[in-house]
Amino acid sequence: MSRLASGGLIDRAQPHCFTFDGKGFGGFAGDTLASALLANDVKLVGRSFKYHRPRGVVGSGTEEPNALVELRTGARREPNSRATTTELYDGLDALSQNRWPSLDFDVLAVNSLFSPFFGAAFYYKTFMWPKAAWEKLYEPAIRKAAGLGRAAELPDPDHYEKAQAFCDVLVIGSGPAGLMAALTVGRTGARVILAEEDFCFGGRLLSEKTAINDAPPLDFVARSLAELQSLPNVRLMSRTSVFGLYDDCYGAIERVSDHLPVPTPYMPRQRYWRIVARRAVLAAGAIDRPIVFGGNDRPGVMLAAAVQSYVNRFAVAPAKRMAFFANNDAAWIAAFNLRDAGGEVAAIVDTRPDIANALVAAAQKRGIRAILGGEVFATSGKTLASIEVFAKGRTERLAVDGLAMSGGFSPNVHLTCHHGGRPVWNENIAAFTPGKCPTGLTVAGAASGAYALSACLAEGAREGATAATDLGFVAHDLNLPKAADAPTSLSAFWHVARSKGMAFVDFQNDVKDKDIGLAAKEGFRSVEHLKRYTTLGMATDQGKLSNLPGLAILAEKLGKSIPETGVTIFRPPWSPVALGAFAGHHRGGDFRPARITPTHALAEELVAVFVEAGPWLRAAYFPRNGETDWQDTVNREVRAVRSGVGLIDVSTFGKIDLQGPDVGTLLDRVYINMFSTLAPGKARYGVMLREDGFVMDDGTTARLSQNHWVMTTTTANAAKVSQHLEFCAQVLWPELDVRMASVSEQWAQIAVAGPRSRDLIAKIADDPATLGNDALPYMGAVEMRVLGGVKARIFRLSFAGELGFEIAVPAHKGEVLARALLAAGAEWDVTFYGLEALAVMRIEKGHVSGPELNGQTTAADLGFGRMASTKKDFIGRVLAGRAGLRDAQRPGFVGLRPVDRSQRLRAGAHFLERGAAAETANDIGYLTSATFSPHLGHSIGLGFIQGGATRIGDVVRAWDGVRGSDIEVEICPPCFIDPEGARLRG
Amino acid sequence: MQITCPYCGARDAQEYSYLGDATQKWPDPTGHDAESAFHDYVYLRDNLSGAQEEFWVHVAGCRRWVRVTRDMRSHEISRVQFACHEGVSS
Repeated sequence: MSRLASGGLIDRAQPHCFTFDGKGFGGFAGDTLASALLANDVKLVGRSFKYHRPRGVVGSGTEEPNALVELRTGARREPNSRATTTELYDGLDALSQNRWPSLDFDVLAVNSLFSPFFGAAFYYKTFMWPKAAWEKLYEPAIRKAAGLGRAAELPDPDHYEKAQAFCDVLVIGSGPAGLMAALTVGRTGARVILAEEDFCFGGRLLSEKTAINDAPPLDFVARSLAELQSLPNVRLMSRTSVFGLYDDCYGAIERVSDHLPVPTPYMPRQRYWRIVARRAVLAAGAIDRPIVFGGNDRPGVMLAAAVQSYVNRFAVAPAKRMAFFANNDAAWIAAFNLRDAGGEVAAIVDTRPDIANALVAAAQKRGIRAILGGEVFATSGKTLASIEVFAKGRTERLAVDGLAMSGGFSPNVHLTCHHGGRPVWNENIAAFTPGKCPTGLTVAGAASGAYALSACLAEGAREGATAATDLGFVAHDLNLPKAADAPTSLSAFWHVARSKGMAFVDFQNDVKDKDIGLAAKEGFRSVEHLKRYTTLGMATDQGKLSNLPGLAILAEKLGKSIPETGVTIFRPPWSPVALGAFAGHHRGGDFRPARITPTHALAEELVAVFVEAGPWLRAAYFPRNGETDWQDTVNREVRAVRSGVGLIDVSTFGKIDLQGPDVGTLLDRVYINMFSTLAPGKARYGVMLREDGFVMDDGTTARLSQNHWVMTTTTANAAKVSQHLEFCAQVLWPELDVRMASVSEQWAQIAVAGPRSRDLIAKIADDPATLGNDALPYMGAVEMRVLGGVKARIFRLSFAGELGFEIAVPAHKGEVLARALLAAGAEWDVTFYGLEALAVMRIEKGHVSGPELNGQTTAADLGFGRMASTKKDFIGRVLAGRAGLRDAQRPGFVGLRPVDRSQRLRAGAHFLERGAAAETANDIGYLTSATFSPHLGHSIGLGFIQGGATRIGDVVRAWDGVRGSDIEVEICPPCFIDPEGARLRG
Repeated sequence: MQITCPYCGARDAQEYSYLGDATQKWPDPTGHDAESAFHDYVYLRDNLSGAQEEFWVHVAGCRRWVRVTRDMRSHEISRVQFACHEGVSS
């Protein structure tokens, strides 16, 4: 055990059991999986991506590139979970990844021996030919060998939520700068959200010992938190990563239940927050960086700042005997903390020949050997057993099982780049610091490059006060806590040139120093190209540790400075976010809300088969006992309408109520035909165009009274037409006195059609005399009462081509009306029919619908050319008159029937002349709709063909390459039944 | 992104629907060059780097059409007004 006897923020009274690769271990509440593994001396935790090198824990937080595990099992299995951010819970179950047959013995580790051949762009260069082998052979083999964890193969059983939050100031990070910013703003009364990625507030203060107000930093954390919790205007959010800055909103993910085996009832696994903040203070800290040297990936080599965390926060000594290799003062403090906690420190190897005397003295006092001007250039052991050090012309081997490295710190500038900002190079700290920040965002503390504790506290307070003051709040005098600063000086150092063995830049994607050298030699100059060529920084850690060392090595190879070579910028997300969190509740049946018709419950009672029509769930057909397939049912429903009476719910049509003296004028301008001349009590079919001259929608509009009209639109275009009319009325012609509202939801509409339809409606109308041919002729519209006082509108029109009426009643009366009609029509076996039968009847009548109004057809193409009024202007008129759209050779609307009546037409077929080859050049049109007509007893279709109506009587071929049919069809008029309309007018 | 509707106040952009360039004038359909004017009106758009005045409609709110001045590079919105205060038809 490497657990220290005392100290740390773990709760020794709360032990937790967990397994790793099936073996049981123990830890404590407050541990991460990584700290618990280290406490149990588990150093080998995974295998690398390409070479299957043994790997161990490197970091202590989000930056971790190596310690990725599969967490949980079955449907909750989650790959690539960072052990360093996984909060330990009792019963946690983790598996190592990317190894076979076992973590300890991995067959593909042999790849490592071939590393000279596996350099940059190995895959691109090697698997180029034969081309066919890529999909069948190379890709499956590479996928099997590479890749990280396995995703769960079952549906995720947990919920994810989306939520919105609003605040004046969002503070990101709760280290010294974040706490001071939150306190300063909180005291002004402004609404604050303090978001912390970790499960504990405090940031680096949890891992360091530097005193604040002469007391341990944890005292300051506790006092600050207590005050923040007492303020009603402050919201504290732990386990919450702010991962992206979008337009006017921050994206954050709250890990509500990730620290539990299973979410508690009714709680989500994670919650995706959209935080709208007027100002934000980024206090996300900085990350320690690796140094690139031979064997720097051996398990046991870690970041010095991580070692400091394990020692101080988790009470774990990650090694029995540890050496440090650094270019800066901070690593010395980490070494002192380890020594003071009882760990053994073999030596501190510092690349700098001279450092502050005080540090050397402090090391001497602790009995720590300092090797100045030295370099670690090689390591050995499966897990680290020894390191080789070069200093002052001599090499030396040190037996250690741990090495803490530190190449200096990189500020977490990520969020400052999300609106396109580029960080700027700061030579003093050898790091990129925030450049131009997004509006409303400022940076404080280590994230801005200020590493001294006193500077972090001061910047946090200052940026908090500025944000609050900007918003009109009054910030009070700052009473800054006093901090004893630890030394922070540094001298840039990236890469040990004399390295022996593989020296890694990107641990997760196995990119070595040599790969960058090769890329430079092959002519890659831009850091963006380098990145894509070598895959540097493209793994799940997005190069948090590797980008800068990689850039520095490229700069060295090119003989340029780092800022001359390039800048690494960052896009969201800061850390991986589960796709489930973005989807939230919108998955499966809840992907979008289903709209149901007013008669839905009735249709369910009648065992309808439903179909999704846009957002609507509509009855497709109503099977009865004894019917063998849907065709049987549909044929029966169609015959019932044509010979008796049937009804269908058409409430899904868009309905727009229009009122005012200028409605007629507006309609004249949006429809191609004239409406202002329509008499009250009448309805008219209209076609409207888009401004580009193509048909937008069709439908019937009725004039209920002088200044009151109601328009119907197709189901699909209801919203679009509404918006279009509003644009016309508000923007194009605001002078017109017109008011409008969508009433699609307010009115239920039932179409009743068939020779018996008038008889049926007479039984439910309060005044049946108003239904006669004189009072209500074809295309008439009346307002009346039905069912004893229910307000209704009756329109005499029919999509089915029979004597027909559409009855509109308030939506809540729709079901009552349908039930009343079914009961009253029993004597004629009234039939409730569905969308399929409606589609059959409209094709039999040659009515255009969605497949014909496909955005590529003009009014002329559809045979409506003569409907267009020449007495007025209307939207789309000018561009519909373009020569190309008037071309007589444009495919025109026709009907089709198979020459051999037993053959079946299929929509989607293309027309070819007899004897023509099936080539695009010979394509003369296409079939848009097809159905079996029970009335005619054979297949019929609608389509567009060059020459249109002039070709009626000709025979061509309907060729369907997708389904492999090629049949002769006869061109005919599109209306197959009652072309004179005698049935309609009966 | 938020758009401050002159009627409803600041609302998320998800409540709105976008149309595009609001500086286009609806051409005179009786003009002698109507076809070419409408062609430009329908198809030709500038791809600005900077502020653009554009039409949005508050579909999930008051259903008013608004003119929004938005910087195409930063999405910063400098002005929102009702579309009908100055009709595009001249």
